[in-house]
Amino acid sequence: MNEHTVKKFDEELTGLKTKIAQMGGLAEEQLARAIDALIRHDIETADDIILTDDKIDALELEIEEKAILTIAKRQPMALDLREIMVSIRIASDLERIGDLAKNIAKRVHAIEQEHPRRIMTGLARMGRLALAQLKEVLDAYAQRNEAKALDVWRGDEEIDALYNSIFRELLTYMMEDPRNIGVCTHLLFGAKNLERIGDHATNIAENIYYLEHGTPLKDERPKKDTTSTTPVTSLGA
Amino acid sequence: MNDTIPGARVTGTIELDGENIYDRALDPVLLRARVGMVFQKPNPFPKSIYENVAYGPRIHGLAASKAELDEIVMSSLRRAGLFEEVKDRMSSPGTSLSGGQQQRLCIARAIAVNPEVILMDEPCSALDPIATARIEELIDELKQNFCIVIVTHSMQQAARVSQLTAFFHLGRLVEVGGTDEIFTNPKDRRTQDYITGRFG
Repeated sequence: MNEHTVKKFDEELTGLKTKIAQMGGLAEEQLARAIDALIRHDIETADDIILTDDKIDALELEIEEKAILTIAKRQPMALDLREIMVSIRIASDLERIGDLAKNIAKRVHAIEQEHPRRIMTGLARMGRLALAQLKEVLDAYAQRNEAKALDVWRGDEEIDALYNSIFRELLTYMMEDPRNIGVCTHLLFGAKNLERIGDHATNIAENIYYLEHGTPLKDERPKKDTTSTTPVTSLGA
Repeated sequence: MNDTIPGARVTGTIELDGENIYDRALDPVLLRARVGMVFQKPNPFPKSIYENVAYGPRIHGLAASKAELDEIVMSSLRRAGLFEEVKDRMSSPGTSLSGGQQQRLCIARAIAVNPEVILMDEPCSALDPIATARIEELIDELKQNFCIVIVTHSMQQAARVSQLTAFFHLGRLVEVGGTDEIFTNPKDRRTQDYITGRFG
């Protein structure tokens, strides 16, 4: 793409991209640390994550302000306008991801003591997957790589499938020993958070597609999250 | 008009109701009656406000009586949104009005002969933002009854007032389409560069 005749306009757009990259990096870090803190029952890190979330919120505000100012000053059209709208939307997805990571960190407090590792393995795997999806989609945004974005978009199916299996697995632990119910409920919410993070990553992927084409991605994404419709009795305990 | 410019060359056609306007058989005087024009700089005749509007209908013989002519003048001024401001000084010179008022007077003069098409060539470029907004509001009202073709360098104005947009560059038609489409998702690279301010 050629440069704008008004160089300052290019600088403003680049500035927005840089802020998104910064915010994305922070969200990634928060998520990675939250999963780790939950598994290792690390209260100190968890508290730090909770405090750091303010930084993500502040970045979202900053991006919003920059975007609004650019719209007011430059009256952007076509691709430029999409660029700005998409940065606002991505910032809001990242802010939600930050909140979900914070919510996972909060559960470290609620789970009172360390638990057998086997209860955690499913969640750890799901966390790695969600983190990889987030990283991929942020790369796709930075590189304007639509193929990569679509990979993320399709890849969400795997997170959904994993979520289903964790749901079943945790229910089994709860049935095995009622003393597991407390920790497993928190882990289940944690898994739900990771599943939501996966959905936000697909939102970002959809926005990368929109940025390129100017039309929304029309295909129906394969949805594999069936937990809301699965009766407990069908698990056959 | 192009015939008077030495070396001017025209390719392609412009049709009005299916007739090529460059057809030799078409009487240019009659064509002019069907196409009203408004220009960049307000150019009222050096005559009274009343005469500015009455001139066209009179030479085209559109009014049978003085009363009828009065009616045409008044309704044209009203449709151009100028009547309330000038009703007490119809005999003052047209040039005594402000820029925005003069431009609306020119629009009243154009619509007095009931044209099919109104050509507006940069009608707001010499006006302040408030006068511009009034003209744009007027365009919105007039489009119920007239086909308006507006030439503008203001991308925002084109996006605001039109339903169809054609992009010409260096005398050639580059892209034409629905205004919503042209300004959000143009097909041609040159259109995209132009509307986003990337043409050097």
